[in-house]
Amino acid sequence: MLAKRIIPCFDVANGRVVKGVHFVNLRDAGDPVEQARVYNDERADELVFLDIMASHENRGTTIEMARRVADEVFIPFTIGGGVRAPEDFRELLLAGADKVSINSAAVRNPNLIREAAWRFGAQCVVVAIDARRVTPAERLEGLEPAPVPSAKFHPGESLWRVYLNGGRVPTDLDAVAWAIEAERLGAGEILLTSMDTDGTQDGYDLPLLRAISSAVSIPVIASGGAGKLEHFYDAIEAGASAVLAASVFHYKTFRVGEVKQYLAGRGVPVRM
Amino acid sequence: MVVAVVDYGAGNLRNVCKALEHVGASVTLTSDPRALEQAGRIVLPGVGAFADCLHGLQSRGLFEPLRDLALAGKPLLGICVGMQLLMSVGEEMGEWPGLDLIPGRVARFQFQDTPSHQRLKVPHIGWNQIIPKQDHPLIAGVKPGSYAYFVHSFHPLVSDPTHAVAVTDYGYEFPSVIARDNVWGIQFHPEKSQDTGLAMLENFVRF
Repeated sequence: MLAKRIIPCFDVANGRVVKGVHFVNLRDAGDPVEQARVYNDERADELVFLDIMASHENRGTTIEMARRVADEVFIPFTIGGGVRAPEDFRELLLAGADKVSINSAAVRNPNLIREAAWRFGAQCVVVAIDARRVTPAERLEGLEPAPVPSAKFHPGESLWRVYLNGGRVPTDLDAVAWAIEAERLGAGEILLTSMDTDGTQDGYDLPLLRAISSAVSIPVIASGGAGKLEHFYDAIEAGASAVLAASVFHYKTFRVGEVKQYLAGRGVPVRM
Repeated sequence: MVVAVVDYGAGNLRNVCKALEHVGASVTLTSDPRALEQAGRIVLPGVGAFADCLHGLQSRGLFEPLRDLALAGKPLLGICVGMQLLMSVGEEMGEWPGLDLIPGRVARFQFQDTPSHQRLKVPHIGWNQIIPKQDHPLIAGVKPGSYAYFVHSFHPLVSDPTHAVAVTDYGYEFPSVIARDNVWGIQFHPEKSQDTGLAMLENFVRF
């Protein structure tokens, strides 16, 4: 039976792991390879590295990091941040990454999903979606237009809006419709972060997770809000194939093994 | 032990090489048939489509030498599509001849008989379990039910059930570890399957 995956996530900048809340008060939290080794020993199923400062000038640093991780950690890992072209996919995959995650580049150029899936296989194309529930108070300055009409936001109907740049740039995309479009274009997986629950430790955004995982047939990775052991179970119940968390693992609220023990105790198939 | 990893343009071979080095092998990445002959062991990796990999072997003049070396008794380990190439026939986008070192064919996951709401996703991606069918040096020390990391849409169907060393259940059981004499194959990615995968690579290197 296919196991549900537990995925620790790292924010990285200039080749170092950083910690901070919503891109501010960043501080150095160590070497990515050493951190990766710790989670590897704790039997994490996969790792995700998001380069939050990614720019074209420091692509080399990210590629070097992928290479160093691949040399020492023998589990699959995903790298995201600053990926804009199929060539970026190629470099990261050759460096040893198993998957590449794209977010704003996919919104600005949905064809990137199609082209990367065609050239490298759908299994390595992760489309990251940052979604926020629509509220009357939402401010929509600098709205990024919808690249495809089918995924356009419908006022009064859409429940979640896609945001870019860590929640700072709203788009004219409906999160559920965008996930469906991403699958149609060839995405192999959706990495779904709720901007409403991210950082709260109050649990994953279950309504959002249910809406998206029932709308697509590709795996959905739940992200944003893990604070208690039952949150992981709730996310899987809501349809997640994998659960991602950062702070609860980095601050050692739980070990990966504890989460797996807990899930196994509740009948979820996990790799122990 | 010198292990030659066959380089025939099949994508990323770095992870396989690093994992083999990790378990103590001295690795040569090569597309030279003489280097294959000189090595103590050969690993045939592979990602992508069966036909592309087959053409990659053929265009570099590696198909016949690889087959001859295996028939002469050289230990050969196929991984993922490299494992599928060991079979007689591949059925991905047409019908293609394989190295025919292990009789059988390579078929796509078939779920037509399954009700649509229960149909599993293809490709089969993720951690799934290895269920041993017999004792074999390749899986020595691997506990039944250990998880390994899979990424594939096609799987082997062995003509002779004794060539299935272990199976995995994804909708139905398919052979995930196969062997015939000195020719061994692994459908999942041992280089990404942590201790389980590394133990199997070490078994191959040390046997």
